[in-house]
Amino acid sequence: MSTMTFAQALNHALRDALTEDEDVLVFGEDVGQLGGVFRITDGLTADFGEDRCFDTPLAEAGIAGFAVGLAMQGFRPVIEMQFDAFGYPAFEQVVSHIAKMRNRTQSLLTMPIVIRMPYAGGIGGVEHHCDSSEGYYAHTPGLHVVTPATPADAYSLLREAISSPDPVVFMEPKALYWSKAELELPTRTEPFGTAAVRREGTDVTLVAYGPQVPNALKAAEVAESEEGWSVEVVDLRTITPFDDETVAASVRKTGRCLVVSEAQGFGGVGGEVAARVGERCFHSLAAPVLRVSGLDIPYPPPKLEHTHLPSVDRILDTMARLQWDDQPDTAHLAASR
Amino acid sequence: MSMTTADLLPCAEPVRFLDEHGQLTDPGPEATARGYAMPSDEDLLAVWRQMVIGRRFDTQATALTKQGRLAVYPSSRGQDACQVAPVLELQEQDWFFPTYRDSMALVSRGLDPIEVLTLLRGSWHCGYDPVQTHTAPQCTPLATQAVHAAGAGHGLARRGTDGVALCFIGDGATSEGDFHEGLNFAAVFNAPTVFFVQNNKFAISVPLAKQTKAPSLAYKGIGYGIRSEQVDGNDPAAVLAVTRAAYAHARAGHGPVLIEAHTYRLEAHTNADDATRYRQADEVTQWSERDPIARLRTYLTGTGALTAEIEEQVAAEAEAYAARVRERMNEEPVVAPLSLFDHVYAQQTPQLREQAQLVAAELEEVQG
Ligand SMILES: Cc1ncc(C[n+]2csc(CCOP(=O)(O)OP(=O)(O)O)c2C)c(N)n1
Repeated sequence: MSTMTFAQALNHALRDALTEDEDVLVFGEDVGQLGGVFRITDGLTADFGEDRCFDTPLAEAGIAGFAVGLAMQGFRPVIEMQFDAFGYPAFEQVVSHIAKMRNRTQSLLTMPIVIRMPYAGGIGGVEHHCDSSEGYYAHTPGLHVVTPATPADAYSLLREAISSPDPVVFMEPKALYWSKAELELPTRTEPFGTAAVRREGTDVTLVAYGPQVPNALKAAEVAESEEGWSVEVVDLRTITPFDDETVAASVRKTGRCLVVSEAQGFGGVGGEVAARVGERCFHSLAAPVLRVSGLDIPYPPPKLEHTHLPSVDRILDTMARLQWDDQPDTAHLAASR
Repeated sequence: MSMTTADLLPCAEPVRFLDEHGQLTDPGPEATARGYAMPSDEDLLAVWRQMVIGRRFDTQATALTKQGRLAVYPSSRGQDACQVAPVLELQEQDWFFPTYRDSMALVSRGLDPIEVLTLLRGSWHCGYDPVQTHTAPQCTPLATQAVHAAGAGHGLARRGTDGVALCFIGDGATSEGDFHEGLNFAAVFNAPTVFFVQNNKFAISVPLAKQTKAPSLAYKGIGYGIRSEQVDGNDPAAVLAVTRAAYAHARAGHGPVLIEAHTYRLEAHTNADDATRYRQADEVTQWSERDPIARLRTYLTGTGALTAEIEEQVAAEAEAYAARVRERMNEEPVVAPLSLFDHVYAQQTPQLREQAQLVAAELEEVQG
């Protein structure tokens, strides 16, 4: 056991994958000598050589397309998009080729590529550094979209991503890079498509993923201690594949559901979750499924990001609206704090 | 005017008028044939003055990051000649397309320094009026402004002006597809666009050798049919002469120009970057000795254009400028949370109106 940050857990996962499989290649911008701007690839070039972990020319479409060609030759590229919003130049390659190659070639050509990407905000970054772009990828058939929220998952899900026969968009919540846990490696948490119940409860289910998991847990704690609500928190872990079973089981138990996401809400993953819960749990629901998300605005400048991000208060206020049978008492939660 | 390959090719050596010691040097027959002429002392004095003020601004901004007044600052110290000369040479009708690193260029263009620092301070994205200043927002997604500059150049020509679009871009960003698309569009549409590559040798940690195999980034213009040039980016006289000729070429309707300026980034990529991980201190020292400000100072002192009195005056001016920046940055900027909803669409959507109400209620709760 040792205390490890989320970032270190990712570094270990890359190391172990590079050690175990000669065909794994790590590349992108500044991932070599610098070790990545977030140091996720720290020391990999020194330990595995320039052939295994290397800097590319500065071109995201090039990086993704290069990975396609390498995958055709049997390699397993793990590529880094330096920041969420800098992955857009590669969108064409990801959506048109990486995602569709298996389908186009009836599985004769597959794309075991991992696209690592720091995403979301809360770190005071200036524009184009804090997008939540998971919705674009989740909307693309052929991709898995994975977003760990704990160091153990960071390690385990990245290992699984690298050994996956299909392409994985691996979204790393940058606000969690410095979060820590006691960990013994290698560790295996539940596989793709398994959500985790991070906290048990009976009154309401909070469904969250990535950067909002710690926030949801905090809100659950406050709701329990201040309002006596027993709150269950489900961490999706993988957006696609989506774990309908765990989510539905939880909502059937609690009868209420609130989806928390950092991304802007309209047309996003939160809406998809709400629809699926509605379809599966209609008869168990005591209230409509509600969502707390980022605002439907371009990611704001650092001095205003706190207004955009779902706050514990905003989660609690929305949770209060779930008391559908004793409507319209929506103000008491806020008033009592 | 149709150009031959020879017309397109850059000079074999970067164009240079002042050597590393500030002594006048012969730029050679190629440069002379292209009409590059040593600028007047008066013009060079203006460049020198602005470099002194610009650098003071740059060091002030760097200090402001240490005090937490700026979220981040990418310094352009060492690139002063590139930051100042091309911009001073622009005319009123021209448009400028800067990147995050080009704050010194923006203040040299006469923009309000606090408005320039808005992005890096984190109070809003673009802090100045792009229409009034003919200056696009500082571009963070790399190379994307190259295509904008091609379009703007074409637009300026279509409107019947003789305006040019100046696009600044880094060496690393020349690897992006958008850079190549920008060059090609500008060439095909014969747009009066000048692409000015500040080759400061690094893209964050990645040295030029890992970015390209081309002997000069200027060669990248040839394949698109663009007149190309390379210049000593630490020689303010050469940078001024080459950009002046490029604007004249573009204004005369002869199409775009690509310039590679060889310079060096003396500071780390930003204040958040640790440059010791990827480069040697002695390289930085070597480049410090090629300081464009010192070089021009030596030359102008030699011609008698720069006197101790002027130096004193300009130093005082730079200090006063920095003091005003400091003072104004000490005031907390006004950030109105509800303004987040004002500029997403021309007309507020019902969905955003609802979210604005939510935020307003939250604010009231906090205040009341
Ligand atoms: C499309 C895109 N990819 C990645 C980045 C992240 N990034 C910011 S600056 C930078 C290096 C740019 O180097 P260069 O073009 O040489 O300009 P310099 O910073 O040296 O002026 C990188 C990779 C970005 N801003 N945009």
